[in-house]
Amino acid sequence: MTTKGPKIQEYALIGNGRSAALISNRGSIDWLCWPRFDSASIFGAIIDQKTGGRWSICPLGDTQLSRRYLDNTNVLETTFSKESGKIALTDFMPVTSEEKKQSFLWPEHELVRQIKCTQGEMELIVDFSPRLDYGRVCPKIKNAGKLGWRIDIGTDVFTLRSEIELVRHGDGLAANVTLKAGEKVGFSFSHSEEGPAVIPPLGESVTDKLNLTADWWRHWASQSDYRGPYERQVTRSALVLKLLSYAPSGAIVAAPTTSLPERIGGDLNWDYRFAWLRDASFTVHALFGLGYKDDAEAFVDWLLHATRLNRPQLRVVYDVFGERPSSERELLYLHGYAGSRPVRIGNAASEQVQLDLYGEVVDAVWHFIGETETPDRDVQKMLRQCAEYVCEHWQEPDNGIWEERDQRRHYTHSRLMCWVALDRILKMQARGQLHGISVGKCESERKRIREEIETRCWNPELEAYMQACGSNVSDASALLLAYHGFEEASSQRMQKTRQRIRDRLVPRPGLVHRNEQSKDRHEGAFAVCSFWEADFLALSGNLSEAAEVFEAALAYANDVDLLAEEIDPESGDALGNFPQGFTHLGLINAALSLRDCEKRAHELERK
Amino acid sequence: MNWTSWLLWGFVSTVVLTSILAGSQGIGMTRMNIPYLLGTIFTPSRDKAKFIGFFLHFANGWIFSLIYVATFQVLQKSTWWLGAEIGLVHATFVLTVALPVLPALHPRMANEQYGPTVVRQLEPPGFLGLHYGIRTPISVLIAHAIFGGILGAFYTLK
Repeated sequence: MTTKGPKIQEYALIGNGRSAALISNRGSIDWLCWPRFDSASIFGAIIDQKTGGRWSICPLGDTQLSRRYLDNTNVLETTFSKESGKIALTDFMPVTSEEKKQSFLWPEHELVRQIKCTQGEMELIVDFSPRLDYGRVCPKIKNAGKLGWRIDIGTDVFTLRSEIELVRHGDGLAANVTLKAGEKVGFSFSHSEEGPAVIPPLGESVTDKLNLTADWWRHWASQSDYRGPYERQVTRSALVLKLLSYAPSGAIVAAPTTSLPERIGGDLNWDYRFAWLRDASFTVHALFGLGYKDDAEAFVDWLLHATRLNRPQLRVVYDVFGERPSSERELLYLHGYAGSRPVRIGNAASEQVQLDLYGEVVDAVWHFIGETETPDRDVQKMLRQCAEYVCEHWQEPDNGIWEERDQRRHYTHSRLMCWVALDRILKMQARGQLHGISVGKCESERKRIREEIETRCWNPELEAYMQACGSNVSDASALLLAYHGFEEASSQRMQKTRQRIRDRLVPRPGLVHRNEQSKDRHEGAFAVCSFWEADFLALSGNLSEAAEVFEAALAYANDVDLLAEEIDPESGDALGNFPQGFTHLGLINAALSLRDCEKRAHELERK
Repeated sequence: MNWTSWLLWGFVSTVVLTSILAGSQGIGMTRMNIPYLLGTIFTPSRDKAKFIGFFLHFANGWIFSLIYVATFQVLQKSTWWLGAEIGLVHATFVLTVALPVLPALHPRMANEQYGPTVVRQLEPPGFLGLHYGIRTPISVLIAHAIFGGILGAFYTLK
């Protein structure tokens, strides 16, 4: 068993809108949590190659590898080829419409793998080694004969069915099989919390499920009305977001993994399997921008439901049902990704204070209701509470968008988002969509926030907007002053701010550090900031440079267009939890800006 | 059966039950809003749903109080603690059976096997209603115990 695992970018994601699995380009499922994103892992080799557990299917000996998602789907196909033959390994979690699910029994969760030899012959090795509860439990696998292999843990039942004979090997199961051209073999691994468990059929049923699944994803992808630059990458980003969505509630988790390091061998390892309010405005903007109205509405519904208990105070992070994530714990027995310890589960960011959240939530609702709809009484009440809270608290220090744990500061971005909250609320009031707010107070506080940003967040000596009031530290989030409409991207101040960010935070084209502290800590470049830069350039009318930055950033996506949270500026390797929703949101929003700005430029040319 | 006493105290106990559940939502104990939950069976409009659901919940409370008073009549005993005990059994049934099966009956509620298709749906309550806040079971148990306690204390046997 190897101790050096695949690089982060060598993984791809599959899922079913409730859970997800990461599969390496060597055909190994190294991460799977059931029944929810934030449940304990069943396969966790990505965070401990030795004890985490995996399910690998790979050819014997050296082979050439290539992989792709079937067009506009989340069905992954990995092709192994060598002189003697070629095989395709197809991995997916079956999905279909709710109507079609009524016609036959579906397991609560299922992961299907199908191997097909397309040329010559090839010998394959199957290694099925589940380890439950983050590698802590080596489960007893019972042979249930024709019903497959079963793992019973409490009320949970896991069933593995295979079309080839598996034998016990160590604590797991294994097989060695040679496939000839035209032959195919299917596997199904399923989970049930309710008895009797559904035993999924194999044979042609696997192909039927594959077709249903591919059809569902293609249908969903086809609902996007995006026609513009980088369409393939935008579609893939939308499909990633969909994989990060928890359909029963509408929540969208930041990433499906925990503790993939921001610095290899370091301790910046966090659990991202929760939903961050920070992403709310970007999420709604992206989903509406692409035409996924139902998904955007489901997300806003979750947002309103999740924030119900604590209003007017908002938490930084929620679990998929709007609860506080479990408290942060360190799993010291795990080796971590490439020795990056500790592995953490739960998230302490839920204890932090972030004033930017009010702007995120209000802006999300603003996008959601549009210009004509009137929010219902509950939403109006929430907006009034947000307005009052922001008016009372915007001057306080907080942990900021990057959740700095050292000290609270008067962050520019937090001020900006407080301004956004009051600005959108006043606009909704002016349109007659919102009643009962104290207009005079909101207007005067909005004005005071603007004055503070323009005077205290602007550093006249360095001639740039800085990370915080009175600071001399550059922060890429200052680019969002233009994105949120606080200041024109083409203004002299914003152009100078961008120039300073370029000078201080861009190690090479397409990469941007989030701020000077992270650069000094030798963290990777923050991938979403590259798309903010492209977005900013598009908004300032510099379309060719925007496209250059966008394309340079895209070069750091992996072979199936997935992006991580961060990029190592030296090696170009992905860092941090993977794939990262925030980065893909940045990609979509930058592409939308590019498309809109290009369109406007063409219209102006025609006139 | 003392119909007048049932009508009066069934009404009063339902008022108190509804107030406790609404109050526990107001103070942030739970996100569960029973009138909204019931009303959305008939309409997706949040405001209309709460209005319809309020009357439905009231009717439910009255109907359920019949079971309580029937029990008092059969046992020929009506005390606050007997009523509270029946209330606790009632609440346990609601939390462990009624709420978890609600997604199967409610046309606008997702279940936990739902997806990835998304439509604007209500979240499923989950076991003990925990998806609506971890203190949901406490508010339901207290509200039903008080509901039963009032009926038991004030219902006059015939």
